[in-house]
Amino acid sequence: MSFERIIFYAFAAILVYAAGRVVTARNPVHAALHLVLAFFTCAGLWLLLEAEFLAIVLVLVYVGAVMVLFLFVVMMLDINSAPLREGFIRYLPVGLAVAALMLFEMVAIVGVRYFGPDQVAIPARHPEGYSNTAELGRVLYTDYVYPFEIAAVILLVAIIAAIVLTMRRRPETRYQDPAKQVQAKKADRLRVVKMSAEKKQ
Amino acid sequence: MDTLLELAWTLTKITAIVGPLMLAVAYLTFAERKIIGYMQVRIGPNRVGPRGWLQPIADALKLLMKEVIIPTNSNRFLFVIAPVLSIAPALAAWAVIPFSDTMVLANIDAGLLYILALSSVGVYGVIIAGWAANSKYAFLGAMRSAAQIVSYEIAMGFALVGVLIAGGSLNLVEIVEAQRGSLVHWFWLPLLPLFVIFFISGVAETNRAPFDVAEGESEIVAGFHVEYSGMTFAIFFLAEYANMILISVLTAVMFLGGYLSPFEGIPVLEGLFAWVPGMVWLLAKTCLFLLFFLWFRATFPRYRYDQIMRLGWKVFIPITIVWLLVEGAAVVLGIGPWFSGTAG
Repeated sequence: MSFERIIFYAFAAILVYAAGRVVTARNPVHAALHLVLAFFTCAGLWLLLEAEFLAIVLVLVYVGAVMVLFLFVVMMLDINSAPLREGFIRYLPVGLAVAALMLFEMVAIVGVRYFGPDQVAIPARHPEGYSNTAELGRVLYTDYVYPFEIAAVILLVAIIAAIVLTMRRRPETRYQDPAKQVQAKKADRLRVVKMSAEKKQ
Repeated sequence: MDTLLELAWTLTKITAIVGPLMLAVAYLTFAERKIIGYMQVRIGPNRVGPRGWLQPIADALKLLMKEVIIPTNSNRFLFVIAPVLSIAPALAAWAVIPFSDTMVLANIDAGLLYILALSSVGVYGVIIAGWAANSKYAFLGAMRSAAQIVSYEIAMGFALVGVLIAGGSLNLVEIVEAQRGSLVHWFWLPLLPLFVIFFISGVAETNRAPFDVAEGESEIVAGFHVEYSGMTFAIFFLAEYANMILISVLTAVMFLGGYLSPFEGIPVLEGLFAWVPGMVWLLAKTCLFLLFFLWFRATFPRYRYDQIMRLGWKVFIPITIVWLLVEGAAVVLGIGPWFSGTAG
């Protein structure tokens, strides 16, 4: 077995374990941390595919930003898991049905029939000077420039919508105006009173 | 056999980087106490060894001897792994730092992205430490730190986008080579606002004064590492100083020409200083920024939390975006000497 294959199976095993723990861990913080581990090992697998740009961006965006905010929220939740487990038996049939349906759909599409080695060619190794980042940038800004721009606009709309939905001006909140603070002079705040010294009574 | 030999050689190189780095961290703590001492008209540590030179060794030994206490209600595994998570990215980032045009451990193509990704992972040590300790103070420190690091990460990322446009590459060696010419060819001049913002964001990312609300000893004792003792505390300490050195060396590489000589392009001096190896220049530039770190700490009072957020979101991010537009225009117009070669 080649070294690369050993790495692949090691990472794949860790990935499957971590993904499993995300849904089975009792503590939501543990689940979130396992998700971080899953992203990390996934990035490792992508590196094996010579997709170094995507791998590093996965770590940068998902591990470095999204999951930090996720943990931020999850850590502040004080979830008592006992009442959550009460409805477990009642909802079990529905859950099983949904799970079975999803499994069926996944197998129907992502099976060996469509994605097996005889359907999809094994990606060829690139020569040493090949830059995955430069290639990706070139394709993104030439062939796929419209989808790229549209995606950017949709994301912008989502950002604005989120801000509009959550922002409310409360009249009782006080704000500071740093511009005014900086402009304040000594004469605005302080009055020096000249007076002759008083004699002790 | 060849693979094993290569592995051993790589390990030797890693030791050659990490060993001196750890020594530098130890003596940075000494330099901090001495320099801030002189700034405050004190002498600083001068008892252990000649003029206090053995003080960091004594401190390290003291921390090694102390008992490691793990709080009863803490999460043992996460509590112990948190310091490791905070120091690992600070050390791993050194893999792509170019010490000269050939002296790089891993001259990878996406070096800049790799650095950015690793610096964003460093926050996990702090968050996990704060949560695992199961203490209110530690948790408050962790929350503050997480919000602060995520905010300044964005400004830092935009500043790096500016460097990437000017350098025309994500590879750190190529970025340094793009600054070759003379002192004014270095990116600090065309990217002056980004340079300042990158360094200040770096100070905020390392949780150093005046951005040290995560520790805030006057409000939340010691913040996220309040429950740590002995070696586990020492590793957090090491990580903080290793991160300072990393930010300094990155600023030097990306804005001050890395290993390039400052006398390049000056008729007589260039020849006079041609024998100096590039690593010396890189070290000198790094020391300059480290001095700034210490100087800041001795000078500025701590920011209030809302002031930190305002500075990050409302000041730094708009400035970086505006400067990216300016830079884009400069590239299109081919304004020399920096952007004349990059257009097209």
